[in-house]
Amino acid sequence: MSTTTTPSPGASREDLARLAEHWGERPSLRAWFATVDHKRIGRRYLVTAGFFFVLAGLNALVMRTQLARPEAGVVSPQEYNQLFSMHGIAMIFLFATPMLFGFGNFLVPLMIGSRDMAFPRLNAFGYWVFLFAGLFMWASLPFGAAPNNGWFAYVPLSGEQNNPGLHMDVYALGLLFLGISTTAAAINFIVTALKLRAPGMSLNRVPLFVWAIVATAFMVIFALPALNLDNAMLFLDRRFGTHFFDPAAGGNVLLWQHLFWIFGHPDVYIIVMPALGIVSAVLPAFTRRGVVGYPLIVLSIVAIAIISFGVWVHHMFATGLPQLSYSFFSAASTVITIPSGLQIFAWLATMLLGRLVIRVPLLFVIGFVVTFVLGGFTGVMFALTAFDQQVTDSYFVVAHFHYVLIGGAVFPMLAGIYYWLPKITGRMYHERLGRWAFWLVFAGMHVTFFPMHLYGLFGMPRRVYTYRSEPGWAGWNLVSTVGSYLLAVGLLLVLVGVVHAVRRGRPAPADPWDGDSLEWSTASPPEPHNFPVLPRVHSLHPMWDERTAESVGPGATSDRILSEGRHTLFTSELDAHPERAVQMPEPTLKPLVLAAALLLFFTSMLFAWYPVAAVAALTVAATIAVWLWPPRPLEQDLKVVP
Amino acid sequence: MTSSAARSAGRRRRPRALPAVASLYGLLLLAGCAGNMPSALNPGGTGAARVAGLWWLLFWISVAVFVEVMALLIWALVFRRGNARVRHGQPLRFVTIAGAGLPFVILVAVYGVGLRDLAALGEAPGPDAPAVEVTGHKWWWEVRYPGASGATANEIHIPVGERVRVRLRTDDVLHSFWVPQLMPKTDLIAGETRETWLHAERAGSYRGQCAEYCGNQHAHMAFLVVAQPRADFDTWLARLNAPARSPETDTERRGQQALVQGTCAACHAVRGTTARGRVGPDLSNVGSRWSIGAGAVPNDAGHLGGWIANSQTVKPGNAMPPQPVDAAQLPDLIAYLRSLE
Amino acid sequence: MTGHGGVVAAATGAEALSTELPVGRSTGWWGMVMFVATEATLFACLLGSYFYLRFQYGPQWPPNGIGDPELLKPLVMTAVLLPSSLPVVWAEHGIRQGQRWRLRCGLAATMVLGATFLALQATEYAEKLKHFTMTTDVYGSLFYLITGFHGLHVLVGLTMIGWLLATSLRGGSFGAHRHERVRNAAIYWHFVDLVWIAILFTIYLSPRL
Repeated sequence: MSTTTTPSPGASREDLARLAEHWGERPSLRAWFATVDHKRIGRRYLVTAGFFFVLAGLNALVMRTQLARPEAGVVSPQEYNQLFSMHGIAMIFLFATPMLFGFGNFLVPLMIGSRDMAFPRLNAFGYWVFLFAGLFMWASLPFGAAPNNGWFAYVPLSGEQNNPGLHMDVYALGLLFLGISTTAAAINFIVTALKLRAPGMSLNRVPLFVWAIVATAFMVIFALPALNLDNAMLFLDRRFGTHFFDPAAGGNVLLWQHLFWIFGHPDVYIIVMPALGIVSAVLPAFTRRGVVGYPLIVLSIVAIAIISFGVWVHHMFATGLPQLSYSFFSAASTVITIPSGLQIFAWLATMLLGRLVIRVPLLFVIGFVVTFVLGGFTGVMFALTAFDQQVTDSYFVVAHFHYVLIGGAVFPMLAGIYYWLPKITGRMYHERLGRWAFWLVFAGMHVTFFPMHLYGLFGMPRRVYTYRSEPGWAGWNLVSTVGSYLLAVGLLLVLVGVVHAVRRGRPAPADPWDGDSLEWSTASPPEPHNFPVLPRVHSLHPMWDERTAESVGPGATSDRILSEGRHTLFTSELDAHPERAVQMPEPTLKPLVLAAALLLFFTSMLFAWYPVAAVAALTVAATIAVWLWPPRPLEQDLKVVP
Repeated sequence: MTSSAARSAGRRRRPRALPAVASLYGLLLLAGCAGNMPSALNPGGTGAARVAGLWWLLFWISVAVFVEVMALLIWALVFRRGNARVRHGQPLRFVTIAGAGLPFVILVAVYGVGLRDLAALGEAPGPDAPAVEVTGHKWWWEVRYPGASGATANEIHIPVGERVRVRLRTDDVLHSFWVPQLMPKTDLIAGETRETWLHAERAGSYRGQCAEYCGNQHAHMAFLVVAQPRADFDTWLARLNAPARSPETDTERRGQQALVQGTCAACHAVRGTTARGRVGPDLSNVGSRWSIGAGAVPNDAGHLGGWIANSQTVKPGNAMPPQPVDAAQLPDLIAYLRSLE
Repeated sequence: MTGHGGVVAAATGAEALSTELPVGRSTGWWGMVMFVATEATLFACLLGSYFYLRFQYGPQWPPNGIGDPELLKPLVMTAVLLPSSLPVVWAEHGIRQGQRWRLRCGLAATMVLGATFLALQATEYAEKLKHFTMTTDVYGSLFYLITGFHGLHVLVGLTMIGWLLATSLRGGSFGAHRHERVRNAAIYWHFVDLVWIAILFTIYLSPRL
């Protein structure tokens, strides 16, 4: 990979040399495992999540092949049920969130003008846990022991009595394991955005993408515990004979659903929100102006984050709860569409006032608007209890959430990939290849999922491994299957485009799009220290603002160069007043060791090797104790304590 | 019809949206009326009719808003490229009205309509309404009528034009009771009883299916709601109380012998015989049912034989093990079962 | 160094970097607060589940002849655990003034109180297990999960306090300007302490209301 360095006039040659020495990593096997660089970790998140996306997508292709005609025998019901379960689990937990956290990891420090995340070692740890938890769950599939109860794992079907074997133990333990990573990353994002912003980046100058990531992180903090508790109780019920979900001994099966959806509905926004942030980040470069209504969009983000905790019962509209509660949750679910609508119209207004530069990222944004709006309509329909009861658990809902998740999350991600590929890899992508990919993905998406609205209305339930020919759903299913292959070809072209860019793309300049946010002031790809001079931010669009540019020019003060060590700057939470420079941690293997000890713990819990699990738990405690052991005071490394 | 529909679906993003919308509308109407499709848009009773009305309201609102959004998008794509001068205003009023104000008004109205429909669906039939008790099993439906000793399976008979109370219980995991043409879903919750109702305006058969994922054979857990005139229904119900039809031919008699003395009786019941098993479906009127295995295969001699010999090849994972019936007995058994109407 | 940057320039000196100047909240503080927030949500879900299951169950609670929980022991446990936050506060204030002896004594006192709490909980379990276990019914499951999960948190908190005590024995680990770890562990301990009140109310007092 080549680096195009724009010499920063603010920092002297000696400063640059010192920065390179303090932040650079010499390539070695140890350095590869020990790195705490947010850019390398972010790239790993993107690649790993992309890999899980491919696996989950292949699952979907097998499923679509099975459903292409009635009563096909491509897979057995047992296999099909594991495939659709792993498809959902992987897409939600192992692809969508980690992919967006990958963008966040790579971009947040660059966008806010920092040299790393607040807790670089915790960041590395989070990645390793994500990788191990993902492999932990995927490894069960070849053995036929993968989760087989959907991503929602309703009891009592997921209980020991109805579902013996390891399937649902893998699910419960895998998600608990993964939860550690997600929580760690969420805390890291919040603290990074609060404390590490460049001087002058007060809250009203924070890029919308960072707002979205932070709101998402807050949702994770408050939503994930419900899922963790649910899975802990499920595992206890299955393995140790407790009765939380056992009606025969006073338990209640609906408790699972309440807790699951108290997590599950915010989780929809946990996935979509950062993706909407990508849209807001991509638009300015391709409309040549800032997004209309910055305060409105921030307000929408905050509103969605809060209201999303009050709508969970709309996933339970058919369970026969009291009508009064349905009326309340129906109202909340209706209201939550308004902030999303506001954002859509803010983006439309941006496009109507700006000058469109039609490149692949913008194409994906337009595809996003079209698709997400359609998903939004059906979303409103699901808020109405009577209609929900008719189409929930039918293919109509499958159509709905694929419009929301592919339209609302995957399209923005693809826009983001094309947009930031020059920054991430230092290479430009192939425009025509990208356009082909867009049209294939767009057409494939609609050909696959639009008919699902129809055969859902025509009475086809979801999660069926096959169907009879009499109800007349076969033709529609065939259309969907053809569409899914089209979609797969389109996504393959995206992959080809990325590989082509990395291998043969032409070197990217630092700022190929004339973008507005700080990441474009760094080299492509950025130096290990990101910024030779930490900028002083004067506006919401620092790259389009003379004064911010001047702040990194000649006359930059040494308190923003900080070349004496591996340093970056803390600023105050609201106004980003400089507080102090801090020493950042060096590369270390401890995060990897800790994650490996956790992997050992969860694996031994799965196979009921409890003594091994105890040893693993002690190893975890010991590793943390060593990790946090205070440094000798004479060393000049004031730690940022993870 | 199929492929043209798919094309029109894929084409909705194009500027020429109107013909596409019109053809989509036509398509939904057409398909709604198409033969045996259990379409929610072809309602057979008041419950589904209400929801279908709500759907069309939502559909047309969606079309209108979609046209609006597409018009703005296309406007931008056509007029705001090339040398268009960038304008730096902040049209907050436009965004607030179009993005929040207008949607709010529409949503409030729609919510009101939705609430009215929810109340209508939730209104229980009067105390004198006929009732039926449905129990979900992995993977079939047990159907009983209060006051009737017999039971049937995967087939619910109701009188036309009357609201019928349906009491739902599950024997094992969660299921969901769904007859798209008659009534939206109600889940069957382990440890609890749920209620819904059915109402059919015209006589006929309406397909229903389990809608909550319930394990390996969730795909094959269908049932039929048969709406018949009151007199026919009464006759049918009376027969559910009477002993099953007695065998008339030698073959049938041998079949009955095989059933009663063989392994069948351990799990199945035939009224008026010593077969009183409660694990599997009651077989007293199996010959008249619409399918075998809750919609897995049609109910004819060939499929019945295959099912008895080894139902695991037909519906893998179901509770019935392969039966050690010898080849000579099988035709008798089939003949007997098919005579039970 | 130009001195142009005012506060920041002063804060980049070698001395400043080796201490934890009390300028603004540290990242560690924010991290711990966020961690406690997510943990508190977990406990809220746990106690919410208790009430959900209780009210779904019916009038007789605790069920199956398990009588209302005895109050004496949990009240003693409360009397032991709640004050255990005071020595931590005292220790933290001490170290801010550079008084390491206060840090060590305060942490030791908290350890004694925390360990006493766990010992009392063990004796309570020994009694209860004769009557019901976590596999008896849903009440048993809830009782042992909630109290056990809290006990685990006390154990983790004690480990943190013990770890601080161990590190504080090495001179120079903590001082007037180096006490961030003490403060973070203290936040966690206060949290564990406060959660107990919610548990006391839920498990022991609410069945009598």
